[in-house]
Amino acid sequence: MEEIRTDVLVVGGGPAGLSAAAEAASAGADVLIAEGDLHLGGQLVKQSHKFFGSKDEFAGTRGFEIARLLRDEIAQCGDHVKIMLNTTVSGYYPDEKLVTAMVGEEEYVHISPKKIVLASGAQERLIPFPNNDLPGVYGAGAVQTLMNVYGVTPGKRVLMIGAGNIGLIVSYQLLQAGVEVAAILEAMPRIGGYWVHAAKVRRLGVPILLRHSISRAIGGDVVTGAMVCELDEKFAPVGEPQKVDCDTICLAVGLTPSNELLWQAGCKMKYVPFLCGHVPFRDKNMRTSNSDIWMAGDVCGIEEASAAMIEGRIAGMSAAASLGFKVSSENFEGCHARLHNLRAGEVGEKIRIGVSGVTVDGWEANV
Amino acid sequence: MNAPRSFESGVLTEERPGAVMPPQDRWREHKGGLVIVECPQRIPCNPCNTSCPTGAIMPFADINDVPQIDYAKCTGCALCVAKCPGLACFVADLTFGDGLALMKLPYEMLPSPAKGDRVECLGRAGENVCLGRVENVTEPLRDRTRVVHVSVPADKVNDVRAIRVV
Repeated sequence: MEEIRTDVLVVGGGPAGLSAAAEAASAGADVLIAEGDLHLGGQLVKQSHKFFGSKDEFAGTRGFEIARLLRDEIAQCGDHVKIMLNTTVSGYYPDEKLVTAMVGEEEYVHISPKKIVLASGAQERLIPFPNNDLPGVYGAGAVQTLMNVYGVTPGKRVLMIGAGNIGLIVSYQLLQAGVEVAAILEAMPRIGGYWVHAAKVRRLGVPILLRHSISRAIGGDVVTGAMVCELDEKFAPVGEPQKVDCDTICLAVGLTPSNELLWQAGCKMKYVPFLCGHVPFRDKNMRTSNSDIWMAGDVCGIEEASAAMIEGRIAGMSAAASLGFKVSSENFEGCHARLHNLRAGEVGEKIRIGVSGVTVDGWEANV
Repeated sequence: MNAPRSFESGVLTEERPGAVMPPQDRWREHKGGLVIVECPQRIPCNPCNTSCPTGAIMPFADINDVPQIDYAKCTGCALCVAKCPGLACFVADLTFGDGLALMKLPYEMLPSPAKGDRVECLGRAGENVCLGRVENVTEPLRDRTRVVHVSVPADKVNDVRAIRVV
């Protein structure tokens, strides 16, 4: 079988992967982006809200427009970047340093990269409750895909589970699409997402019920409602469950890193609750314990896209530098400073603690 | 279903750093109005400052700082209203006359209201506060965030934070 050769393989064409590819290519490396979807941009293409951060992270710009800016940046790199869409990287064989991938449903290919940046993102968590297999129970990502990629509303009245940023933002997008949001349930005693995102949906009349969760979905063939219960300090139900009429139940209860390839590559991993799953140890330039593999974005810990883009730039520059391409130390310092600033607030505290527990000194010196 | 009107659920219940009302004396007389910012959580975000043409929203030492406003410089231009990703900036002009105030509110819903429309004015928990009249609709940054200018009874400026087109 013919092997596709490249300097740097970037797995995943979301915000982290595109940023990594742009940096590695502009340093002079030949880059291949393998993206499972039919288009580049990852979750950014579904984000109709304006982003936070500073100008460097495109603050005030809507997510899908940031995807366009990153695609433009990739296009500027010309022949240095090749793109394989509809391509799912399925395996990594450390002994041969060989990557296997499926293109579409029929074609199987081998890729032989000198270095790899894994930016495979995250997958949604689900919570168990009776009838959670009824049609009408969705993950928040699916609701966003239906609405913002395909222009289809998932239902007429939605019960949202989870008041993190995704639950809050998707609730707002549902309202924009003319869908009623019956309530947002949050098991914790406070919202998990940005306060201003919650304020946006509250003032449009959406209740946010803290210390509440779903106890079961109701319906015969499809969802017609849900039973909602209050929780005590130990997250045990208290009082009589209340019925909420809805035709859609949307789960926005968190993400966990899509880390399968990191396991296959033998990267040293650790379970870090604040980063939402098993994540690899890394040096400050995003290199894993496997000296051929870097990573960026949600795969190394669940965080905002603005941080993913900076991590991608660091990983892309570092991977290129390891191949002898010249990258100025100022570029690294600038990215590290921006990442530090993004994480400096109260919302970044868990990320700071999580990342510090898996950051290792000195791997970058082995270049 | 009744949700609590609590800060932890996204409802401002009292002034706090990052959510301070303008000084009354200047506010009462300043044509064009003054900005009200309700951004009380330290998050990494600064477009209100970078979009402010007069420096009224003061530079951030740390991007996580909550906004601080030099009201002597605020012209009520509402560029921050259009730019803020959190839709947390509002302008209230108390000089509109006839016992009314003009509020400039961010709006990203459909349908867009038109000048002369009567709209429902909503409070921080979505409660119906009063009716208002749409005086103008602008789109300052041409990015689909509209700024709706709506006149409301002057004693409602502390309560009205959104509109619903009916």
